[in-house]
Amino acid sequence: MKVSVHAFGIVRDIFGNSVISRELPESANVGDLRVLLEEEYPRLKQLSSYMVAQNDEYADISDAVGVHNEIAIIPPVSGG
Amino acid sequence: MAKIKNMVDIKITAKELDLRSCIEWIMLSEGGGVDLFIGRVRSETLGHKVVQLEFEAYEKMAIKEMKEITDHVLKTWKVNRILIHHRIGVLRVGDIPVVIAVAAEHRDAAFDACRYIIDTLKRTVPIWKKEIYEDGEVWVAAHP
Repeated sequence: MKVSVHAFGIVRDIFGNSVISRELPESANVGDLRVLLEEEYPRLKQLSSYMVAQNDEYADISDAVGVHNEIAIIPPVSGG
Repeated sequence: MAKIKNMVDIKITAKELDLRSCIEWIMLSEGGGVDLFIGRVRSETLGHKVVQLEFEAYEKMAIKEMKEITDHVLKTWKVNRILIHHRIGVLRVGDIPVVIAVAAEHRDAAFDACRYIIDTLKRTVPIWKKEIYEDGEVWVAAHP
């Protein structure tokens, strides 16, 4: 399945884009998505941490990736 | 439900935050104590002179996370009104990126809730700032 991944802050700099599209196996979970992205973008591993959100909510590593979900990479937040 | 809605004012905006209207809104409530936190852009960070800050938000998720914060506050403390306004875009030294106001029956609840809101916002709400210095730039908190 093809998923779109939105990027913010430093992750947008790392991707060089505010949204990218990648092919994932149908059964992929959030952990699989992280592995795929970290292979392509090793700079992700240098961040203090980062989260994946699906449909505006922080996702767990074991959550299934839904092809219709809005997926976003959330680097360490720094509002306020 | 309508009553609860009326007690909370959450906003993310690219416009300058209007302190006066924030205070007017929070003062419409009853109760004995109002706590107001105003965040400001510092002139210096870790020895670097700050030229400007650029804030961006994943807006709909940020609003959702702010609502989670206010839901928790309403369940935990006896508060009458809560306001969270956050600015995005380019800000300069002295500008105001965030205003938080809490009106409560008693001061302890107002102080505690206000502190909880700003601390939690800084941990969970998807808003990012890039600090632009005279000698470089950095996404705050991105790296260890």
